[in-house]
Amino acid sequence: MERSSPAVPEPEVYRFQEALPPLTAHEATVEAHRCLYCYDAPCMQACPTHIDIPSFIRKISTGNLRGSGRVILEANFLGATCARVCPVQELCEGACVLGKDHTPIQIGRLQRYATDHIFERGVQVFTPSPPTGRSVAVIGSGPAGISVSAELAKLGHRVTLFERRELGGGLSTYGIIGLREPVEVSLREVEAVQNLGVEVRTGVELTDREGLDVLLSQYDAVFLGLGLGAVPALGIPGEEAVLDGLTVIEASKVEPWRLKVGPLALGKRVVVIGAGNTAIDAATVGRRHGAEVEIVYRRTEHEMTAYRHEYEFALHEGVRFTFLTQPVGVEVEDGRVTGLRCVRMSLGVADASGRPRPEPVPGSEFVIPCDTVIAAIGQEKPALAAQLGLALENGYIQVDDGLQTSLPRVYAGGDCIRVRGSASTVMAVQDGKLAAASIHAALMASPVAAD
Amino acid sequence: MADLSVNFAGIRAPNPFWLASAPPTNSGMQVHRAFEHGWGGAVWKTIGAPVLNISNRYGGLSLGGQRLVAINNVELISDRPLEVNLREIAEVKRMWPDRALIVSAMVDADPKAWREIVMQIEDTGADGIELNYGCPQGMSERGMGAAVGQVPEMCQLNTHWVTSVTRLPVIVKLTPNVTHITDPAHAALAGGAHALSLINTINSVMKVDLDTLLVTPSIGGQATHGGYAGPAVKPIALHMLSELMCDPTVRASGVPICGMGGIQTWRDAAEFLLLGASALQVCTAAMHYGYRIIEDFVDGLSNWMDDKGFATLADVTGRSLPQMSSFGGLDLGYQAVARIDPDKCIQCDLCYVACNDTAHQCIDLYSPEGVKVNPGFNVRDGGKQVAQGRATPVVREPDCVGCALCANVCPVDGCIEMVSVPSGRPSVTWDQLTATRPAVTQEWAAMEAYRKEAGIEIH
Repeated sequence: MERSSPAVPEPEVYRFQEALPPLTAHEATVEAHRCLYCYDAPCMQACPTHIDIPSFIRKISTGNLRGSGRVILEANFLGATCARVCPVQELCEGACVLGKDHTPIQIGRLQRYATDHIFERGVQVFTPSPPTGRSVAVIGSGPAGISVSAELAKLGHRVTLFERRELGGGLSTYGIIGLREPVEVSLREVEAVQNLGVEVRTGVELTDREGLDVLLSQYDAVFLGLGLGAVPALGIPGEEAVLDGLTVIEASKVEPWRLKVGPLALGKRVVVIGAGNTAIDAATVGRRHGAEVEIVYRRTEHEMTAYRHEYEFALHEGVRFTFLTQPVGVEVEDGRVTGLRCVRMSLGVADASGRPRPEPVPGSEFVIPCDTVIAAIGQEKPALAAQLGLALENGYIQVDDGLQTSLPRVYAGGDCIRVRGSASTVMAVQDGKLAAASIHAALMASPVAAD
Repeated sequence: MADLSVNFAGIRAPNPFWLASAPPTNSGMQVHRAFEHGWGGAVWKTIGAPVLNISNRYGGLSLGGQRLVAINNVELISDRPLEVNLREIAEVKRMWPDRALIVSAMVDADPKAWREIVMQIEDTGADGIELNYGCPQGMSERGMGAAVGQVPEMCQLNTHWVTSVTRLPVIVKLTPNVTHITDPAHAALAGGAHALSLINTINSVMKVDLDTLLVTPSIGGQATHGGYAGPAVKPIALHMLSELMCDPTVRASGVPICGMGGIQTWRDAAEFLLLGASALQVCTAAMHYGYRIIEDFVDGLSNWMDDKGFATLADVTGRSLPQMSSFGGLDLGYQAVARIDPDKCIQCDLCYVACNDTAHQCIDLYSPEGVKVNPGFNVRDGGKQVAQGRATPVVREPDCVGCALCANVCPVDGCIEMVSVPSGRPSVTWDQLTATRPAVTQEWAAMEAYRKEAGIEIH
């Protein structure tokens, strides 16, 4: 029998280029010259990885781009990713002294300009130290894993980085929409750790305590950068027809054709449930695919967890927001979604989170006609943490100030320990740095194990 | 509205803004167009000895992304045939009787050559002659331009050859490439000059390209020094202008001075007027933006004069000159201190680092709780809220020498002011002090004794 190729369209160049174009050389120079070169600068303090921002910007202004990139990458190995995904309005740019009665310096875009210079030319910024004879296994190649691997490799430790997926980069590769970070950027960062001598093994998953024990027998230390767990269930009828926001974002980056045909195909009318940053991203993907997109959220604009600038970006993209609306069921006909049944809500008294509790308005049920429903209501806590037998804190892996877990020689960082504060790439990078420092101190304090 | 008209050594113009002798005044078509835009006058690009120009001719200086903070040129005087220039000068003057049209000239140091060119210029109907003793390159090697301006005897002689044969006002344009600007000025006056103009361009080598290692401008792989002009030279020009305007011989002569050197806006122009210029010349700004800039020159100066209550240029000219003194005439008892307005401060801490690294270590940082703190931060902190808890710089006034470095580095207008405070020291100038106690200039012990007596502490 002759096999015909599936009716899959050629991968097309979707409208997924980065939303902000790169700065031209002239723009970068002018913007860099606008920087005051503050002393003990607040932007640097505001950055969780404490990049010496005035120095890297000054180096752009003097035309020392290699030096500029090095300043960034020394403090933050994922400087290229952070330049794109950081909520700069909440961090460096939010603290810029020029923001008081003027426009803050575009620190993120300047950082991108400098790191692009490094990566596009394949400049080797770092050389590993002489081998220490110590070895570390890193689980998960997301921002925390890449960061700790890079720092340890720079110090001369032998690092093996394990990734369960096909591509390295974790959230940067799979979870950030292309408008903000194209896949190449995170893959280049994976390549950069490989250039430091880190061995990257993809398609390998740590699933249980036994696996961890094996690693502990082979390596002097293990770092867990596990990220978060599965997407929680909505608990409403018809749920099996609902797409998961992270899956949609992932497809938009690595296999965009899947959003055209097959089970992930986005229809003409898309409803996104949730109002966090992932919901915004998924909604944006829908818009860029030409769909009408509506976000439904059971509370109001004031309680939504998405950053203000993300919300404004979505409005600019043409995403509609329907607040005080709770989904109660997905309407499915012949296996196809036809609508989302919702109920109107009103805000009551504050709940445990301090936000007013939304309560259903009796008899207010209505249906939003649509072809696709996407849920982006957060991720569950890292389930693997419990299976590994680690002490937990509110469901996250418990760590001390040196990011060591309850198990000796096992460290953790990134979203899987983010019991407090906001989960973000830049925080994960800083975890990697802190963990590398304490792993290094511990390893160098103990003799090299005899083979 | 203020009256901007000028009568400069008998040369009349509706406003004091004249294009300097340079590429903007190279041809009749250009000067005509400049007058259409409203320029009050023009000094025709220097005519005289036959020359050939080279390519390329300019090097630009960029600072902080700002283009043409200065320009240097290796261009010579007009390379167009003399009779073409003369014909066009006559045509333009006929069409624009109310504008000042001055012809810049430069010939060999020979009375016959000068007489001949002067007669030709007179025949055009031009309003005056400017003697170009300034060009620092090309012509000076042939004994013209700066070669005349730098040797007072030559300056006097050449000027005399011109003033003795012409009925036109003669302006001598001085080169800044001298040790004392007063020497050639005195020589020009002795030669009978009716007016002075300054500054011509400054000797310079603009830059070396770090990619090609070529000196700029590169003329087929070779380079030479050229004349430096543009906004960056303004302070040098203001100094030389004020020096002449304060010089007793120049003052006694009563000759007016046409100021130029880096006039980019009406604000620069007003500064030249305040330090004694009676008319002004502009070149680099026009070369950067075109003739159209004249509109704001006239509008801006006029509005400023109205705001200040100045009716005519005579009200402005020289108004700030009485402040000019020598170092020895300054009051040693005067004391200023820096005061930082905490409401305007944006906490960039540039004043803090400037004072502590390179001045007198009298700025401290205070936390919002009023506690004196050191710079630095907690590496576990982050987020934009760090800006809220940021320390504010405060001047320790008793230790402030009033150097004003902080006020100069502060990026916020009006945030750091230099405030006059009682010093408790006697009001005395260095000249007065050394006249009564000459020992303080010779012995440190005598100086210490005086300081103790006067209550002067050194920080």
